[in-house]
Amino acid sequence: MTARTNEPERYYNYAYLDEQTKRMIRRAILKALAIPGYQAPFGSREMPVPYGWGTGGIQLTAAIIGPDDVYKCIDQGADDTTNAVSIRRFFAQVADVATTEDTAAATIIQTRHRIPEQGLTEGQVLVFQVPQPEPLRGLEARETETRAMHAYEEYGLQYVSLYESVATYGRIASTVGYPTMIDERYLMSPSPIPKFDNPKLDDNPAILLFGAGREKRIYAVPPYTRVRSLDFDDYPFETQTWEEDCALCGATESYLDEVVLDDSGERMFVCSDSSFCSDRRAAGHAGSMAGHQLATLDKAPA
Amino acid sequence: MSIAFDLARVAAGFSDPTRESQQVFRKLMDAMARPGTIYDLSQAPEPPSGMHRAAGAVALTLFDFETPVWLDPGLHTEAVEGWLQFHCGAPRVAEPRQAAFALVADLSAAPLLADFNAGDAKYPDRSTTLVIQLPSLEGGPRVTLTGPGIKSEATLALDGLRPGFWGEVQENHARFQFGVDLIFVAGDRLTALPRSTRIV
Repeated sequence: MTARTNEPERYYNYAYLDEQTKRMIRRAILKALAIPGYQAPFGSREMPVPYGWGTGGIQLTAAIIGPDDVYKCIDQGADDTTNAVSIRRFFAQVADVATTEDTAAATIIQTRHRIPEQGLTEGQVLVFQVPQPEPLRGLEARETETRAMHAYEEYGLQYVSLYESVATYGRIASTVGYPTMIDERYLMSPSPIPKFDNPKLDDNPAILLFGAGREKRIYAVPPYTRVRSLDFDDYPFETQTWEEDCALCGATESYLDEVVLDDSGERMFVCSDSSFCSDRRAAGHAGSMAGHQLATLDKAPA
Repeated sequence: MSIAFDLARVAAGFSDPTRESQQVFRKLMDAMARPGTIYDLSQAPEPPSGMHRAAGAVALTLFDFETPVWLDPGLHTEAVEGWLQFHCGAPRVAEPRQAAFALVADLSAAPLLADFNAGDAKYPDRSTTLVIQLPSLEGGPRVTLTGPGIKSEATLALDGLRPGFWGEVQENHARFQFGVDLIFVAGDRLTALPRSTRIV
């Protein structure tokens, strides 16, 4: 990272947000942690990116980050996509913070739509960017009604929706944003992570914070909290599996992206978590297309 | 009420509010996320007489004009009131139910937990967070905690609690999603007990 730092003449407050906004967000974070899975409203601010580009996650990060943190930002698992690079450079500039692509080295990981393959540890904070915090919104458009449904733990509609999916497709067809129950009380959207990642939410040692900027909601899952993906006894929760392995690193148990290579329909499957994949390649693992130009090492072999 | 107070007699707050409030908040966030774990805030500035250092750090980090504060009668001194007024500017309330934060110096004389604001069914976050000053966070009767934030179980042995206090905490948990959230401080040290924690 070579982003210009904000010193010695600082044009913005540290971490961009003003102190009163940070206090407001910090109070919301504490209440969100005290009531796991509950969507706490907050006064979402205008950020230097449009709503939908991660403003909720950026505001959460801005409220918690300090100069001693090591910051990682991923988009669909990858460190090197435009949105992730832009947000990482933003915090390197306004928060004087060290950045990394190494999951284990990071203290704060901001993510859009994935949880890293490598297990998180105590002391880490995972910040999710959330487009739609309300898991029931697709079933009930009115916020007044969904608020009441959460207040009275009235989640029958969600089960009906899952049942309809079984009746129509023969299985629960939802693959991203799969609804979860937090500590057997609040129904929560895990953000649009693939349901492959849902089991990682359960009993996770890290603090999980969720921010929706446009919808002005913050929610949280403290470490070691029970997170159950909804299902039925005869239609148990299942994650995605692939017949292929990662073509670059040969991983058999990671979440794979399908990449179309040319006009004739050639394609490859590759780890969505770029840091996990390059670590494996640096350690000597090789998949079926290990010589491909996409497999150029961005890390020196170990 | 416009009592002119002598600025020279107001104790200092954070020397670098941005950095120091961030450091305090991260410990507060960890404390709320890991109930029963004790954190050290000895880097915080010295608050006025009657307030513990960790309680002062919480006030400087979280209180402002948006948070009505209930102040223990034992802290109704010129030094404490002037310090909070100058550094936080938080409105004061006499009615516990109106408080976003409550600063409790003498737990034995303080209102019951149930007298503070337990939030709304649809908005349970609109509830009081109590900051309770104790003689020590260790050495008292031992209780076992389970729940979100706790790997299997944790223990806490707060000293100086009033009789029946753990029963109040159990009742507070039993009415989840309603409830108040508790921050205990003793000198430089702090621990938290959100409403989600079960006492076993």
